[in-house]
Amino acid sequence: MRILVVEDDKDVANFVVKGLREAGHVVEHADNGRDGLFLGATENFDAIVLDRMLPGGVDGLRILETLRAQNNHTPALFLSAMAQVDDRVKGLKAGGDDYMTKPFAFAELLARVEALTRRGKSDVPVTKLVVADLEMDLLSRSVKRAGQKIDLQPREFRLLEFLMRHSGQVVTRTMLLEGVWDYHFDPQTNVIDVHVSRLRQKVDKPFPQPLIHTVRNAGYMLHLEEP
Amino acid sequence: MSDKTAPALPKRQDWVSPWSSRLLRSAGFRFGVIYAALFSVSSVALAGFLWWSTAGLLQRQVADELLSDGDALLSIYFEGGLPGVVAAMKDRIAGNVDDDSLYILADPDLNVLAGNLNGWPAEWPMDQEWGVLRVQRSGLPVQMQVRAFQLPGGLHAMIGRDIALRQHIGRLMQAALLWAALIAVLLGFVGAYAVRGLFRSTIADVSATAMAIGAGDLSRRVTVYGQDDEFDLLATTINDMLDHIGTLMEGVKQVSNAIAHDLRTPIARARTRLEDAALHATTKDELEGAVERAIADLDGIVAVFQALLRISEIEAGARRSKFADVDVSELLMEMAELYDAVAEERGITLFTDIGEHIKLFGDRDMLQQAVANLLDNALKFSPQGGRIGIRLSHSGGQVLIEITDSGPGIPAEERARATERFFRGETSRSTPGSGLGLALVLAVARLHGGDIVLDDAAPGLRASLIVPVKTPAVIAANVSPTAIG
Repeated sequence: MRILVVEDDKDVANFVVKGLREAGHVVEHADNGRDGLFLGATENFDAIVLDRMLPGGVDGLRILETLRAQNNHTPALFLSAMAQVDDRVKGLKAGGDDYMTKPFAFAELLARVEALTRRGKSDVPVTKLVVADLEMDLLSRSVKRAGQKIDLQPREFRLLEFLMRHSGQVVTRTMLLEGVWDYHFDPQTNVIDVHVSRLRQKVDKPFPQPLIHTVRNAGYMLHLEEP
Repeated sequence: MSDKTAPALPKRQDWVSPWSSRLLRSAGFRFGVIYAALFSVSSVALAGFLWWSTAGLLQRQVADELLSDGDALLSIYFEGGLPGVVAAMKDRIAGNVDDDSLYILADPDLNVLAGNLNGWPAEWPMDQEWGVLRVQRSGLPVQMQVRAFQLPGGLHAMIGRDIALRQHIGRLMQAALLWAALIAVLLGFVGAYAVRGLFRSTIADVSATAMAIGAGDLSRRVTVYGQDDEFDLLATTINDMLDHIGTLMEGVKQVSNAIAHDLRTPIARARTRLEDAALHATTKDELEGAVERAIADLDGIVAVFQALLRISEIEAGARRSKFADVDVSELLMEMAELYDAVAEERGITLFTDIGEHIKLFGDRDMLQQAVANLLDNALKFSPQGGRIGIRLSHSGGQVLIEITDSGPGIPAEERARATERFFRGETSRSTPGSGLGLALVLAVARLHGGDIVLDDAAPGLRASLIVPVKTPAVIAANVSPTAIG
């Protein structure tokens, strides 16, 4: 993936660029708003990571508004220290697809950036999700693994659907809480872990190969591990 | 010319003497002047109406009379010719005992044929019909309202009536008007002084209080006289505002103290870990482990900061832009579903008694956060095999959300302080947590014009979140019109 990072803080920028490159992405970096806008407008990217407060007279909101006005729909994620609810709303209104506040964990950023590009591709409505021998029929709302029917509660179904839509990607607990439950707070209790472990009981336990994996310090990933 | 070299405009004090300037700047005096002006305008309007309805009426009557008299003379001329008109005029003059009428008939050369005036008034323009004429009557000057008209054969006729009465009334009205204006101005000035005094005495207290608070005495309040009038309302509003400011200031003080004490500990811990690792770690694993634990410590500090910021954001009322209708029943069912799995895993039973279709006007995310905090607490303090209850009921325009647990509860003497930021009860010192959970719940409750009540569930704690269905008007006024669903 080709990713544009617009971030003026040297340490944060180095950290993000290094991390994204390690994850196998091609990264361009701009350390001010003007260069960021120029790069974003002239080159093709799969995703943009955007700071809000930038030197160079053009802030992150303006960059994205300008790009969107030019019919550029590259998925964009705001990475900002401005953490108030109104700031978030402003970011999303300006055309942002996601909003993360600093300080942040890199695993969370990587997971969200990778999820963004996936979101961009799902233009055609999908009716069936398949990962290895796990099949989900979104129309009849049924799940089968190795031809065997699995009974799921509605919430478990949505949890599995979210994991399958992001198969092969790390999905963080916050992403699950937002994407599956539409909750925007941090519970002090390990609620997500418990729900994932219940899902595992049904989806993984009766079968030899586990599909739902815990990624340390990050979250979960649904995929078939190469033997 | 640049701004800097432009001559400074004279200030008010430079051209108005201090006394009059102070008077002009007094709101009470301005009220008085406006009052006097209104009074004058209304007296002039009243006088105008009186003039129209008395003197005006007289004038219209005279005009009517002159019209009909003239028409009568004209018809007499048609019936009896010139001699008839002369006779009729003489008749009229003879019958006019008060001598307040004027009749003249003249030939085309303006020689008088009949009438009670010596000659045709030379100053009268030939083509004018109506007007006021000055004549001598019994040696006295008299004003007459006259009508001049022509009879066939080039004859000129003029008839008139004395209008002394009308002029008399006019003079009376003028005098009355002048007096009224004078009295209005005088009364206005007196009223202005009276109003100014009233203003001063009632505002003096408010301004003294404001000055004392400006000087740092936050405990001062405006006196409420209990008369339930506008000034009492103002005093109460100001006092409420001061109470709120006091609470906020207290909060700021608390938070700075808390930051000094409570955040120093985890920061010190993270620092120690890192320094220890830098000095003593011998293997890469040891170093990585220390760094990871330090990151976890820092994440904890960040979480505390976020909670603190969120609380102050809520307390500032900024979150009301997202207010909408919220189905609390649905919200609680979903929360119960989310937490039920955790409770079950810990051997705790979750009971629900959730009334159906209960709605309120509020911020969905904030209410979820508040309920989540209460449930987090309940789970944290309930022993294995314990019970947690979620109840939702609705009565008298209020929604009651009760979360009960079977933990140790909070001792009665600590309950009042339990919602303070960073407060950790004796029994909870050993459990993890920031001491901000209940403070946030309280902030959310207040955001909705509600409150949180903690009491003994025997055993355990009952936390009741009481929220009005309709946000009180004072709070609703802050809901921005551009609400985002």
